[in-house]
This record gives sequence, structure tokens and C-alpha cells, in this order.
Amino acid sequence: MSTPVYIAGVAETALGAVPDQTELAMVALAAREALAEAGLTLRDVDGVFVNYMGEEGSVQVAEYLGITPRYADSTDLGGAAFEAFVHHAMVAVAAGRVEVALIAHASRQRSRRGRSTMAVDDLSLWNQLDAPFGLPAPIGQYALIAARHLHQFGTTETQLAEIAVAARRWAALNPKAWVRDPLTVEDVLASRRIADPLKKLDCCLITDGGGALVVTTAARARDAAKRAIRVLGAGESHTHWHIAQMPDLTVSAGARSARDAFGMAGIVPADVDVLQPYDSFTITVLMALEDLGFCAKGEGGPFVEGGRLGPSGALPAMTSGGGLSYCHPGALGLLLLVEAVRQLRGEAGERQVPDARIAVAHGVGGFMSTASTVVLGRD
Amino acid sequence: MGDTSFGDALTAPFWEGTAQRELRIQRCTACGAHQFYPRPFCLGCDADVIWVTARGTGVVYSRTTVRIPVTPALEPPYVVALVEIDEGPRLLTVLTDPDLAIGDRVRVSWRQRGNGPPLPVFSPVDGDGKSGD
Repeated sequence: MSTPVYIAGVAETALGAVPDQTELAMVALAAREALAEAGLTLRDVDGVFVNYMGEEGSVQVAEYLGITPRYADSTDLGGAAFEAFVHHAMVAVAAGRVEVALIAHASRQRSRRGRSTMAVDDLSLWNQLDAPFGLPAPIGQYALIAARHLHQFGTTETQLAEIAVAARRWAALNPKAWVRDPLTVEDVLASRRIADPLKKLDCCLITDGGGALVVTTAARARDAAKRAIRVLGAGESHTHWHIAQMPDLTVSAGARSARDAFGMAGIVPADVDVLQPYDSFTITVLMALEDLGFCAKGEGGPFVEGGRLGPSGALPAMTSGGGLSYCHPGALGLLLLVEAVRQLRGEAGERQVPDARIAVAHGVGGFMSTASTVVLGRD
Repeated sequence: MGDTSFGDALTAPFWEGTAQRELRIQRCTACGAHQFYPRPFCLGCDADVIWVTARGTGVVYSRTTVRIPVTPALEPPYVVALVEIDEGPRLLTVLTDPDLAIGDRVRVSWRQRGNGPPLPVFSPVDGDGKSGD
């Protein structure tokens, strides 16, 4: 894409446990902060992109913020919606249909006790063909994927545990992380088994949180109070809703989303300085490493050994502590982008990856159903 | 059981089949491909499909032991699996034998339930152990 597009502002909402704000208030505060970074205000926003903000989410959020958009998008790609929104906003901004796109999300799933529930009608295919068999969603689907990966490639539970340990080591460097105490592979392996081979510590946190992000033109980004980060490439895809329909349990939609994103950016995995993979479960990261091309299919297990993803590892990944240890407000995708931008600006404090110039945020949603990949670069 | 009104218009033949202990799937009248769950036509070539009774045998493609309560109908631990039947499609199901592993041959069996037709679950092909394949 010839027209350069930038992320000019990012912000987190309050994180962890947020008893004293509504989701809409959280979004409003984060939006104001992200727009301030961009040198803009809510009055400049002409595009609104939200997911998990209720029925007709963009309509509810835009009304709350006093925005009458030219472009609105409430596409539900689950946790991958937010990288997809950067993709959509990039296209819309480059086409001149939007100048200032606001992407936002907030959840209080922890305070409300429990993940958002899926609305299904009695005659849905899900209720007929999946629900009677007692697969706990979403961990059961991820467990089936992990079990197949272990069987097909000899991946081990210890290797999966290494991913959780890497995330925790990063979290120890992030004062905003929800859990920061030391974690060992043995701790992960000894944690409660939920759906084999996945255990409690293979799973992300359940916290409140969210964020906001501003995508805009080069001209508007020139007013930014902080360094604007260029969107170099983006892609998205999805493969299935029912796990029985996933064509190959060892290949995610990330293979396609990354091919488009990396191709557009003109980069290869070796060019990536810092990776923000969606760590809803340890297996989600392992599959992303393979599908994005950081290692060959089936070699994700050996690849993550030896702390490769952790601080001072060869591929710094989940540098905030990720969904496993920092924050997972039901949908993690926006916070992956926030961390990627902060790493590229050099403002990540103790966890800063030295001289990070290219970052990738990779969202995954549903039952490893959806994927979206964004390549970001420091000019 | 035998309630032909179960399911929706497209899945009703499947549930009528389970009521008779038959595992029914769709087959394309043009390319011969099998598909499940049912669609109004063949996803491979757009041609019409007919219902056929599957052989009822297949291979465990993946499996997980569920150790938390999910539904009153199933007491944990129990095994949920994807079974790839010989005709090609995969089904989400329950394995009746917890020792069944990925790659094992299985055969459909039937589990009664109070609020609908029997569910297809899968058991060892020889009824008493793993056949391997």
C-alpha cells in the first residue's frame, strides 16, 4: 500500500480488577489518552472500530463518545478483531475514507465473574452437534489442538510450559502485570489438569482491562505528541467455528494472515525484533510461531526451549507478560498492539527490547478460529 | 426417540438416523464426496447431495480428557474426541473407553439421553480393546 498509515496513539484502560468504572467509561478514558498521544481529540475521530462492546457495538461506543462516524466496524473476530481492525482501518485510511480511526475495547469479565457467554439459539448447529458432548469451550478445543500437535510432532507438555514461564519472566519486568511471582516449568506441569494436555497454568488470566488505539494518516500523525508507528502490513483470516470443521488441527488461520501481512510489509520472520503472539493458551503461541514462519511446522516445541521467547532470548515474545501473566480481558488483541507500539517507541522500561524496529502483533480468536497479523515499524 | 421433528430442517434426517442407530451423512450426487454437518448442497462442487448411512467406523483424530464439570449429562473425567470416519468427515464425539488413543480404530455406538435422539459416541472396533491402525 503506497499511502503510509500510522498508529499515532495507544493507551490501556485500568487493568486487573476494575470495580469502579463501566466498560464504556474505561473506553472513554483510554480513547482520550490515546488521542492525546496522537495530538488529537474525540472531535477528530471519524472512524470507530470496536468488538465485545455489546449489540451494535460501534453504535453504542460512538454515541457514548459523541462521535458521528463516516466509517464504523463492529466485526466480531473474537480476540483477533483488533489486529483485523488495524487492517480494516489501514485500508480505509489509505483509501481516504477515514482520517482518524479509533479502535477500542474494555471488559470487566473478572469483576463480572466469568467470560462473556455465547448466545446460541436452541436449534443452532452448536447446540445440536457440539454442546451434548461436553467439550468445555474454549479450553476443550485448544486441548484437542494441543493433543493432536503432541501426537503428530512429539511436542511435549514441558515445551508448552516453557511458553508460560517465558511470559512470567517478562511479567516480572512489567509493574502493570497481574501476576509477577517466579514460575517454573515444574509449577506449570504440577498445576491442575483441566482438559489434557492443558493445565491451569497453560491458560491465560481472567482479568478486567482493555485499551484504545488511533490509526491515522501521515499528515495527522505529524502532530502526534509521541512517535507514530507505521503500519507496514496486515492480514486476517479464519478457518472454522466448530472444531470438527477445522481443516487441520495443526495449522491455524495465522498461516494465511501472516503471509498477507509479511508479504505486504516485505519482511521475513528473521526481520522481527519483538513478537506479540496471542497467548490465550500456551498452544496458541506454539502454533503461531510455526504458522508465522519463525520455525518450521512441527518444530515449535524445540524452538521454545532454552528461554528463546523470554528476556534476553533470541525472539522476545509476550514482552508485557501477555495474556498468561499480564492481563487477559477476554480479548487480548488490543493490548498486544499497545505493547508492540511501546516497544517500538522505546518506552517499555525494564522490559524494553533494545533497538526494536519491527514488531508483530498476532491476534487469535474463537477456537483458534480467527487470526489477524499486523506488522509495525519505526520510521 | 423417533421424534422426527428434532433438529432443524437440514439436520432432521441425521437425527432420524440416530433414532434408528444409523450414522447418516451427506454424499454428493456428482463428485461423490461426503460431508458433515449437512449443507443444502455439496461444498466441493455445488451439486445436489443425498443422505447415506456411514459405515460407522473411523479413527481417533484427537482426544482430550475433560476433568471439570461441563454438563450434568457427563461426570468428569470423560473423553471428548474428534473422530475421522472412513468416509472423510470428522465428528465431535465422546469416547466410551478412556484408553483409546489418537490413531486407534473406533466404531460408532449410541448413548441414550433424556431430551433428544441418541447421540453417536465411539467405542473400540472390536468391542473390548484397541485395534490400532
